[in-house]
Amino acid sequence: MNDLFAQCVYLKVYTNIKSYPQSGVFMASQQLATFPKGGVHPEEFKEITEHLPIEIMPPPSEVSLFLKQHVGISCEVVKKDSFIPPSPDYFLSDNAPGSLFELHVKKRDRVNEADLVGSVGKRLGAHLHASIGGTIQGVSNTLHPMMGKAPALIISKDPESKSPQFIEQDWKSFSKEDLLARMNAAGIVGLGGAGFPADFKVNVKPDVHLDTLILNGSECEPYLTCDHRVMLDYPREIIEGAKILMTILGIKNCYIGVEANKPDAIERLNKAVQNDPDKKQFTIIVKPLEVKYPQGSADQIMQSCTGRIRPSGKRSSSIGIIVQNVYTTKIIYDAVVFQKPFYERIITISGKGIARPANLMVRIGTSISDIVTYLGGTTPDLARVIIGGPMMGFAISSLHVPITKTTAGVLFLTHDEIDDQPFGPCIRCGFCLQACPMGLEPNNISIFVEAGKGAQTEQFGLMNDCFECGSCAFVCPAKRPLVQFIRLARLSVEKAKQEKEAKLKQKQEENK
Amino acid sequence: MDKASAEKTIIGRVESPHLSNLSVAVSPHIKNDVTVEKIMWTVSACLMPPLILSVFIFGFQTLIITAVSVISCVVIEAISQKSFRQPIMIKDGSAVITGLLMAYTIPPNVPYWMPILGAFMAIFITKVIMGGIGYNIFNPALIGRAFLLATFPVAMTATWVSPIRDNNLFKYMDSGVDIITTATPLYIIKHYGISGLMEKFGSMSEIYTNFFFGFRPGCIGETSAVLILMGGIILLYKKYITWHIPVSMILTVGLLSWVFGGPQWFSGNPFIAVLSGGIMLGAFFMATDYVTSPTMKTGQIIFGIGVGALTVLIRLKGGYPEGVCYAILLMNPLTPALDQWFRPKRFSEGATQ
Repeated sequence: MNDLFAQCVYLKVYTNIKSYPQSGVFMASQQLATFPKGGVHPEEFKEITEHLPIEIMPPPSEVSLFLKQHVGISCEVVKKDSFIPPSPDYFLSDNAPGSLFELHVKKRDRVNEADLVGSVGKRLGAHLHASIGGTIQGVSNTLHPMMGKAPALIISKDPESKSPQFIEQDWKSFSKEDLLARMNAAGIVGLGGAGFPADFKVNVKPDVHLDTLILNGSECEPYLTCDHRVMLDYPREIIEGAKILMTILGIKNCYIGVEANKPDAIERLNKAVQNDPDKKQFTIIVKPLEVKYPQGSADQIMQSCTGRIRPSGKRSSSIGIIVQNVYTTKIIYDAVVFQKPFYERIITISGKGIARPANLMVRIGTSISDIVTYLGGTTPDLARVIIGGPMMGFAISSLHVPITKTTAGVLFLTHDEIDDQPFGPCIRCGFCLQACPMGLEPNNISIFVEAGKGAQTEQFGLMNDCFECGSCAFVCPAKRPLVQFIRLARLSVEKAKQEKEAKLKQKQEENK
Repeated sequence: MDKASAEKTIIGRVESPHLSNLSVAVSPHIKNDVTVEKIMWTVSACLMPPLILSVFIFGFQTLIITAVSVISCVVIEAISQKSFRQPIMIKDGSAVITGLLMAYTIPPNVPYWMPILGAFMAIFITKVIMGGIGYNIFNPALIGRAFLLATFPVAMTATWVSPIRDNNLFKYMDSGVDIITTATPLYIIKHYGISGLMEKFGSMSEIYTNFFFGFRPGCIGETSAVLILMGGIILLYKKYITWHIPVSMILTVGLLSWVFGGPQWFSGNPFIAVLSGGIMLGAFFMATDYVTSPTMKTGQIIFGIGVGALTVLIRLKGGYPEGVCYAILLMNPLTPALDQWFRPKRFSEGATQ
């Protein structure tokens, strides 16, 4: 009851701030930090879900866990030789030699929630845990939002399986190795985008000099609000997680970059920093950032918070910074303090095409069709379903796609929300040049690709610098799909490189 | 029944029909609402006030000339795109702008059939044959004007009429080419100096007011600095154009006219130089044409300076009293080179070591 009351009060305060965005406490008191080059201002649409508290979805009857949900080693399961399946189903090998990914379960095994089902050993990758208790149905090729189809472990629910108990421990007594081991055991990947294993990110070589940790809470994509809700509900956990990361890295400075359209989150984080018992030991600064896309990109948030710029093709640690998402930090806190594996996450379900938008806590591997059923179905004018945000997310053609560790949201967009106009020729207005945060030339790349000269586009620096934020295509008045052109250009540059290498090899063999 | 088909029926039952034709595309899935059509029609709207003014001061025939120019541009674009089996793009409004700008740069009393020939040069030769919108090297409207100036020099340089502030819209109707009614300010300055202009308009302040509000002899749409400035400011506010080309061009014209424009050095009048002829129209609506001007700011400033310098050179040394049209046309082919020389600065170029 007390919680409910607090929620009401907070909502009231929050609306007050929101209705006077220019005169709010955070706006007036300081010049907002931002990155100077490029950027766009898409309409936010965050009001659909930002006021909704996190809702826990009951475990579904079946989950599909992709074996590879991380950046790192490939995760194929070897087919059984004696059995040729009629469908593209794979069957579990008994720890088949040669497979990098090791499955710890067999078909028809019973597992409990949070049990380890697959591991990557010491290699780059993340362990996999059962997100529901039940029976292993096998590994089958499942629709993947990005890769077409990929092998996934299917678990069907057993209603009698027990849910695990997690005991809180004080992390301050742990050594650096203990902390890293706990992070590794939980199978955490970066929740912001690509899915880089979190423990590998902070396990830097001793000769790399670091001085700053940046927690990325900007959440610049329109519609998405899951990080916002996490910052509101778990500010203390985020600060503790930041301290864990700083202890591992051996540094004292941390910035939490939050876009200024989340004044309530900034307020709560500031309060948590003030109440922090170790505030003499660590300097944590909550930095309100200008509302500008792509503020949440690593390069941009590093420049906004510290003014430093990453050299092309190098890691952010080369300029002394590690960037982590705020939600990843909260998951790291859970993993270290509770030894809780990463098997459930909060996602934003939004858009005008869904009956009931929500910030939903779901098990990894839950099918989107189950979520749709839980939320009351879709509207008939639904036109596109997107995994991730509208600027960088992937459109899917079927709802039978499971949630992965990196899914921040599922958007159900109607015809009037998406842009489906046919594109015309480039009129050389130069809008994309002004919008590109990396200083690239999307107009020229697209013209080169159209002329069949995609292999010559490497001069525009797209291989290292373009992270496909979509700012160029967003502003293009001719509605040219510039991101698509850039992807095509990348493909042809890679193809040309391979051909060149093959020719060189041939020549060398001839010379022999 | 095998397992696969059983699954299929379940899927069919669960999915509604609209879920089976979800559209798939590459990100970003949302785009802003600025389209080529929107930009072009906004520019056309910004060009309307000078036309309305010219109807009142030069007479109703300016509207007919403009209408002929616009309609012939649109029709020629439609016909040529149809005959080349290209998609017909008259809806994007670029042909309308070409027609408007061409009409605005010809005198108010030319024969009504003349813009049709100009439109053919502008649209067919300069635009459609080059590959359509986005591929032309030269500004189509100015090519149309240059063609008319070369082929019909008398009609294009001797049909000026004096602006009359009254409500009779038909004052100059059907007066034809034979009547030389007046001379443009630039012609007067070129041949008689500032004193000639003073004789015609009275005092210096009279000159400035008349020039600023547009009550002076000149082409149909170029006379009123204030109305063109208004349109230009709307485009700047909407961020459809940037200040770099107009400002650099106008400043260059003013500076060079001040230095070289008078009988001695540093004695020219920069304000008259900027307010006369087609400087304002050229600076805000022609030199800023996306297709034929550089995309980067540095290139745009150099482009504007080049246009301004060439204009002053032609005005002071050339055979024609006005040089904006040729100055822009001469700078247009430099655009690809300027784009190559002045690239955007990469993010990583400012990298911290």
